[in-house]
Amino acid sequence: MRQLIAFPALALAVILQSAIVSRITLLSGFADLVLVVVVAWALQEGVTSAWHWSVLAGIATASISGLPWWAPLSGFLAATLLARFVQRRIWQAPLLAMFAVTFFASMFSYFISYAALALMGASMPLTDSFTLVILPSALLNLLFSIPVFWLTRDLSRWVNPVEEEE
Amino acid sequence: MKDLLSRSLQTTIIFLIVGGILALALGGYFGSVSNWLTGLAVNAQSWFSSRYTAIQDLFAAPRDVAALRQRVAELESQNATLRAQIIELSERASQVETLSALLDYARANPESNYVAADVIGRDPSPFLHYIIINRGSNDGVLRGMPVVTDQGLVGRVDAVIADAARVQLITDPLSVVNVRLKDTDVEAALNGSVTGDLSLGFIPQDVTVEAGSLALTSGLGGAYPTDLIIGQVTNVRKREAELFQQASVQPAVDFSRLSIVLIITNFRPVDIAPLVPTQTP
Repeated sequence: MRQLIAFPALALAVILQSAIVSRITLLSGFADLVLVVVVAWALQEGVTSAWHWSVLAGIATASISGLPWWAPLSGFLAATLLARFVQRRIWQAPLLAMFAVTFFASMFSYFISYAALALMGASMPLTDSFTLVILPSALLNLLFSIPVFWLTRDLSRWVNPVEEEE
Repeated sequence: MKDLLSRSLQTTIIFLIVGGILALALGGYFGSVSNWLTGLAVNAQSWFSSRYTAIQDLFAAPRDVAALRQRVAELESQNATLRAQIIELSERASQVETLSALLDYARANPESNYVAADVIGRDPSPFLHYIIINRGSNDGVLRGMPVVTDQGLVGRVDAVIADAARVQLITDPLSVVNVRLKDTDVEAALNGSVTGDLSLGFIPQDVTVEAGSLALTSGLGGAYPTDLIIGQVTNVRKREAELFQQASVQPAVDFSRLSIVLIITNFRPVDIAPLVPTQTP
């Protein structure tokens, strides 16, 4: 039953993203709070609903974004895949894993968005997009990753309480 | 009788002595002595006064400090309340100012019907320039309706749900607006970009475009009404090797501070897609 926290948690993340985070810009980029939440959730120990969260986040983001629906969805799925892969290997250094996955997932997600818009006919110089949008956004994602990681860790412990061994 | 005389004499003598002393004092003959006595009295009074004040403070001060602290806390609370009121009132004043400007704009352009909407969000993707407004199909908002402020064109409605709509700004990289330059009547296409900069393309090489020219919607294509202000040309790039000139445009609207917008509800965009010729094999 506690798994249903995904709905209000992701709804809150999408609302915060649209109302606040999108207005905090660095050059022409801003953070992707929903992506960071999805990555942080997928990196937590004992979490079994990482894929559900990524699909839900993809649908929620696609419903308010002007991007084609498959762009955010594929970005979140790829981020979850990478996070689950890394989580099994770098479980002793969760913050390092968080930083690494956030950075590479951000890069992948933004390049997917760039490709989707290029396919739709938008004329965007790659160098400008990289230096003014992708890199600043990835940097902001890294800044958001620390507090989001701790928050999702507490949330995951509430959702999946660990029984103490006697 | 003798007693009476002796008393009168004593009294007279005392009066004379006192009167004489006073006369001598008033005459300045006792200056140093009187100064010494006065100083002594003042010092003594000061000493007693200071001791009394110290003792009074000893008993009264703690009560006063407590009362003063309570008073300070009350005043700080009042101060915080008043500061909050000031912030709220200045926000309202700013909102009234914006609404007043929008009302003036609506009065100056009575041919259009408007619905005012608050900007409640932005697109989650940093590549796109969309805003989300709190008016939707329940308020008569339809896809394609132009969105303006008192400063000029903002964009057009891209998607609508019951109580909200998504607006594509003219700065979006996928946005194209047909414009004309006011002074020269040159037609051109205005494009957005990923950074939010606006550029004019398809300006013929044989026309002269100068910085400062006002860019207005031309109405070509039927997507926007005519003569909506977009911005001013800031610089022109003319290269002989290219087919067209290019120009940069400074938008009239400050897109970073959009809070309230107007939707023109009596404008129906024309869908010219069926009229566009398609290539047949």
